[in-house]
Amino acid sequence: MSLDDFDRRLIAATQAGLPLVARPYDAVADALGCSAQQVRERLAGMLAQGLVRRIGAVPNHYRLGFTANGMTVWDVDDEQVDALGAAVGALPGVSHCYRRPRHLPLWRYNLFAMLHGRSRAEVEQQREQLRQLLGVHCRADDILYSSAILKKTGLRLAAAGAGSPFPSPRRASTGPRARHSPTEA
Amino acid sequence: MPEVRTAVDSVDRRLIARLHGGLPLVDQPFAAVGAELGLPEQQVIERLQRLLDDGVLTRFGPLFQIERAGGQFVLAAMAVPAERFDAVAAAVNARAEVAHNYRREHALNMWFVVAEATPEAVEATIVDIEAATGLEVLRFPKEREFFVELRLPLDADPPPGAQRVTG
Repeated sequence: MSLDDFDRRLIAATQAGLPLVARPYDAVADALGCSAQQVRERLAGMLAQGLVRRIGAVPNHYRLGFTANGMTVWDVDDEQVDALGAAVGALPGVSHCYRRPRHLPLWRYNLFAMLHGRSRAEVEQQREQLRQLLGVHCRADDILYSSAILKKTGLRLAAAGAGSPFPSPRRASTGPRARHSPTEA
Repeated sequence: MPEVRTAVDSVDRRLIARLHGGLPLVDQPFAAVGAELGLPEQQVIERLQRLLDDGVLTRFGPLFQIERAGGQFVLAAMAVPAERFDAVAAAVNARAEVAHNYRREHALNMWFVVAEATPEAVEATIVDIEAATGLEVLRFPKEREFFVELRLPLDADPPPGAQRVTG
């Protein structure tokens, strides 16, 4: 799938957020010089294609009381990791779950699952559930708690036309010492 | 936390939980969401604005998954000496291609995400960071995604000491 000019302009106009007005799609359409119907139809198409995951709110987990955030990492049998990864991703408290490459001997883990809880004790309970689920197929695991958010910005596509279609500078949404937990990475 | 912030009430939590499910693609989507929750349109808008202003929400709008259009996100990690940590963080964060950066309690103590239009551009950015910092960057491109989306249990205020997330 490649983006056309309208797609790029639509992304550039909405990636920082939808306007909080009664008719937000009309407001985007006005900015783009098209109809609100065109905006809605293309967004619906992007949803169907998976280019848009959803149109919604991204909460700051920390502000909602989910102050503990641990990246759990697991060394799982290569033959089992895909089936087990799907099961891990379905557990409560797991926000992201990916298979990633090992870097031996420095890094032996191939399954990553991000856990969120109201305390580290709660995260450790979730971790224990994962450990039981993975059972003998997991040889080792670790957990990396976040101690500071250093930067967090959303996707930043530059407007259509000039140069790279990718990120344009934007200030971090929190300061360098903010204690925080990640949302969608 | 020096700032005094307004509390998130149960209506806010219901609104956030409802918006996990997506904003309707209709003329007046906030009116539609409000009708489901028993809130006037204007109150939906005002609450969302307040939640954004207060930092309870970091963003409201379409969440793009740019990999579907050829872009790539790569998780990357470095072992940064403690005495250089702030300087390295500043150098990494200065790159617009770096979307997230977290300090983590591990020998690999800096974990960041590089987002670019192509895998080649991601690699070029990481090579630049290695050159600028003199530190090796481990690349963790996702080989497979199993799940991305956390639904926090926001429908009600949780009891103190709730035992687990049931989202």
